[in-house]
Amino acid sequence: MKAFEYSAPKSLKDATALLSSSWGETEILAGGTDLVTSLKQGIAAPKRVVSLRNIRELRGVDNSRQGLRIGAMTTLEEIAQNKQIKEAYPAIVTAISSIGSPQIISVGTIGGDLCQRPRCWYFRNGFGLLGRQGETSLVRTGDNRYHAIFGTDGPALFVSPSSLGPPLIALGATITAVGPDGKKRDIPAGQFFQAPKSESERETALKSNEILTAITIPSAGGRSLANATYEVRHRHGLDWPYVTASVAFQRENGVARKPQLVLGHVAPVPWVSAKAAQALEGGKLDEATAKRCGDLAAEGAKPLSGNAYKIQLVKTAVKRAVLAAAA
Amino acid sequence: MPKAEWPPAEKRTLIGKPIDRADGPAKATGTAKYSYDINRPNMLWAKVVTSPHPHAEVAGIDTSAAEKLEGVKGVWKDEAAKEVNYVGQIVAAVAATTEEIATEAVSLVKVNYNPLEHQVVDSDPELFKGDPNKRDQGNVDEAFGKADVTHSGNYGVPVITHCCLEPHGQVAEIRDGEMYVWPSTQNVSGYADRGLSEAAGIPQNKIHVDCQYMGGGFGSKFNPGKWGTISAALAKQTGRPVKLLLDRDLELMIAGNRPSGFSKIKVGATKDGKVTAFESEVWGTSGMSGNPPDLMPYVFDKIPNQRRIVKRIQTNRGPAQAWRAPRHPQNCYLTLAALADTAAALKMDELEFFTKNLDLTARPDVYKEELEIAARLVNYNQKKHVRGDKTPGPIKRGLGISVHTWGGLGHDSECDVTVSPDGSVEAKIGTQDLGTGTRTVIQQVVADTLGLPLDAVKVQIGKNEFPRSGGSGGSTTIGGVSTSSRLAATAALNAVCEAVAQKLGTTAENLEAAGGAIRQVDKPSNRISWKDACAALGVMPITKRGTQTRNEGKAKGFTNEGVGGVQIADVSVDIETGVVTLNEMVAVQDCGLIVNLKLTESQVYGALIMGITYALYEEAVYDPKTGRMLNADMEFYRLAGIKDIGLLKVHMMTGKGYDDRGVIGIGEPPVISPGAAIGNAVANAIGVRVPSLPLTPDRIITALQKEGSIV
Repeated sequence: MKAFEYSAPKSLKDATALLSSSWGETEILAGGTDLVTSLKQGIAAPKRVVSLRNIRELRGVDNSRQGLRIGAMTTLEEIAQNKQIKEAYPAIVTAISSIGSPQIISVGTIGGDLCQRPRCWYFRNGFGLLGRQGETSLVRTGDNRYHAIFGTDGPALFVSPSSLGPPLIALGATITAVGPDGKKRDIPAGQFFQAPKSESERETALKSNEILTAITIPSAGGRSLANATYEVRHRHGLDWPYVTASVAFQRENGVARKPQLVLGHVAPVPWVSAKAAQALEGGKLDEATAKRCGDLAAEGAKPLSGNAYKIQLVKTAVKRAVLAAAA
Repeated sequence: MPKAEWPPAEKRTLIGKPIDRADGPAKATGTAKYSYDINRPNMLWAKVVTSPHPHAEVAGIDTSAAEKLEGVKGVWKDEAAKEVNYVGQIVAAVAATTEEIATEAVSLVKVNYNPLEHQVVDSDPELFKGDPNKRDQGNVDEAFGKADVTHSGNYGVPVITHCCLEPHGQVAEIRDGEMYVWPSTQNVSGYADRGLSEAAGIPQNKIHVDCQYMGGGFGSKFNPGKWGTISAALAKQTGRPVKLLLDRDLELMIAGNRPSGFSKIKVGATKDGKVTAFESEVWGTSGMSGNPPDLMPYVFDKIPNQRRIVKRIQTNRGPAQAWRAPRHPQNCYLTLAALADTAAALKMDELEFFTKNLDLTARPDVYKEELEIAARLVNYNQKKHVRGDKTPGPIKRGLGISVHTWGGLGHDSECDVTVSPDGSVEAKIGTQDLGTGTRTVIQQVVADTLGLPLDAVKVQIGKNEFPRSGGSGGSTTIGGVSTSSRLAATAALNAVCEAVAQKLGTTAENLEAAGGAIRQVDKPSNRISWKDACAALGVMPITKRGTQTRNEGKAKGFTNEGVGGVQIADVSVDIETGVVTLNEMVAVQDCGLIVNLKLTESQVYGALIMGITYALYEEAVYDPKTGRMLNADMEFYRLAGIKDIGLLKVHMMTGKGYDDRGVIGIGEPPVISPGAAIGNAVANAIGVRVPSLPLTPDRIITALQKEGSIV
């Protein structure tokens, strides 16, 4: 770990002022479950680390006019224990509990979950975000069993590691960021993640001197919003998922309206599966529909040399998420 | 005169009993200090510089910039290094006042490499060039020609690591011309070898080894290793104590690999299920030396017609180290998977098939008895079905069987038992407790021998100044230390008996120790308390040595070798995700006379957990192009967690035919079978063989798709 300057300002204004306008110079510390490891591995080597721990306005869950506002520094545990979230958003609660580690759930934050860096083992071994050696993609020539099966035409082949990205996108959430000028910027969750095209880009729409402050889930306007997440992972306890699927739809007279389906850990971004979601629109919420939805979600996958098996996992995760939401 | 031979069951007060481990509270509360916990005054931290290349010529090592960094006190470089052969190979090291400075200094060392061609792939037999090692027995071709049923299949076990929770390394300190080391080692008496001595310039008789607690070795911690010699050299160079323990990534990359074993196997059998021919081609790697595990066929080694072809695949991977029951787990999986598939080809129940072929093993009666017990414990007859669970729905359940063998003869061991005139007792052995309970069993044997309660005996181990005892490898420790401590305690007891015989009006031959007293065998009321008896020793304590040797220990029935064990796994597999859930695992095992039933069972539980882990999770993943180990962490190098383990049932064989064999080691045998048992259970559940361990969702889905069982 390289020595760095550490500060823990009390206001957002002070915090953004401490951030550099270029990536790599400064890093933001939330729960630390990713950043601290990255510092130790030399994946991150900033000159300054800005901790958000003393900024009170970043914590807590409140009802606002726009919906349910979750402060970026709210821990995953606080979110999973929140009564309103437990009742209305099983997609979020399941995504959190599926992390499988009480320690990470206790200290990890929702903002940190959305901003954590990929777990790609080429990235973590120092071959950059795109996993290259010279012009060669080590991901393509090497062991890509945990890598992307969608969006693989581009240079980024890692999978987005966020557990909460897929359910938040399915629920139509908005992500708020604040820059050095103090101006708030609202980003639809579906546009928050981006696949970098070069090593100089990052995985989200945030600028290096912006701080993610809150996530807002729009209110369902009194309608019943069915939602669920299903995760396939290897170990029964702590493990990264192979594939996740989050689904949300309004339930009207036993049929689904405005369905949303988002896959996790299959692409450099949470993968919105709009065509498959449409299979649910107005249909009967039974096993056959759920299976058709899963099969459609797997369409268009372009697996790498060693991860075609993930297609089957997509079909299963989607089918089971749909059935869980319908139940 | 009390005899040293093991007492009959009715005379055992502590031997054989399920006693808690003596150092449990110290470990649970953290007062037990491991090598990493040792901090010496003025101590330096050392970190190593390692090769990022799998194969390269070393053209030069420049440590000047590191030396200039404030806080750096010592630098070591491998002057002889001309070539590196694997990523992570140590070429230099630095010692600094803090761990952080040492880490920074490592980044300042400039090593000039000229990369050379490398090879890390081990799963392709075509990588072997030259003449393979071949062995034929009987007439294989004729036997296959006559066989009613022939099965052919490919099977594999990848390289895994030891993944010791406590890494390799030590703290070294040189003071007044003598060296003190606190290593994590399985070999206290033999640790101070010539390499360590030469590195520090301290003769072997002036090296003091101290290892009280071990955080796992599994065969990889017998010698000081490069980390040991470097810390000694830096301690000499700087005149200060030096701590050098590996970080997790290096621990996984360079501190010990278990060789991989891949195979093509052909089995011939009669239609009623008797195996007549077995042909195997095995290849794999142990790093640069190549050697794959080659005990084929395993356990069923009396199959009349056999052919074995072995191909060594040299790879630029970290070197192999003995891994708990070297070669056995791999060959067990390869052999037993092929045999179970033969049973499936015959449409024969696996238990019936294995039972029918037990005469092809060295211990048919033991295995038969154990298989019956295991089948009962797992409710085999209620749960069994032919290959492929036909129950509707995605969850398929299955059972799988395996059998294994091991030696376990006690090693050479010496023990001193000292009895003081106040009656206090101390036992000293230069052995080590790897977490197996060695400290506890010595206390049990000595206390039982002297007729005293457990806490009347103080046990000292873990230092090379104590009487020599063998390294803890090959499951040899329990047979060694139980015998030497029994011999020493008996000799001490005899001295006490001699001292009081006249006072009791009888001879030492007619005395025994029981219930805290020395008493007349045929007139127990004629007695003297242990304390009063010891007062008769005079003013000087007495010390008696017990010397156990392999040959004598076996000849006299103190220890023995050759055990059999069987295991049955009960799994559920979700065929839509490939995720395996271990419902239950039954282990039935013999190991002769059991000194501590609870700790013995704990060894089996631990082995099952380690076995479940390599069956379902462990695999060292290497990148072909860069030669890097991609999962040198505990994130993608997975170990089973508590939720993955399922219900474990352990049954130890005791009583007549077992107790009378003497004491035999248990550490290794129960770790051999889980891969085969779980692999066979998965095949029984899903109807398809997943050729290679670990049984990951990707492998299971791929195997199902290949067989057309899922689309």
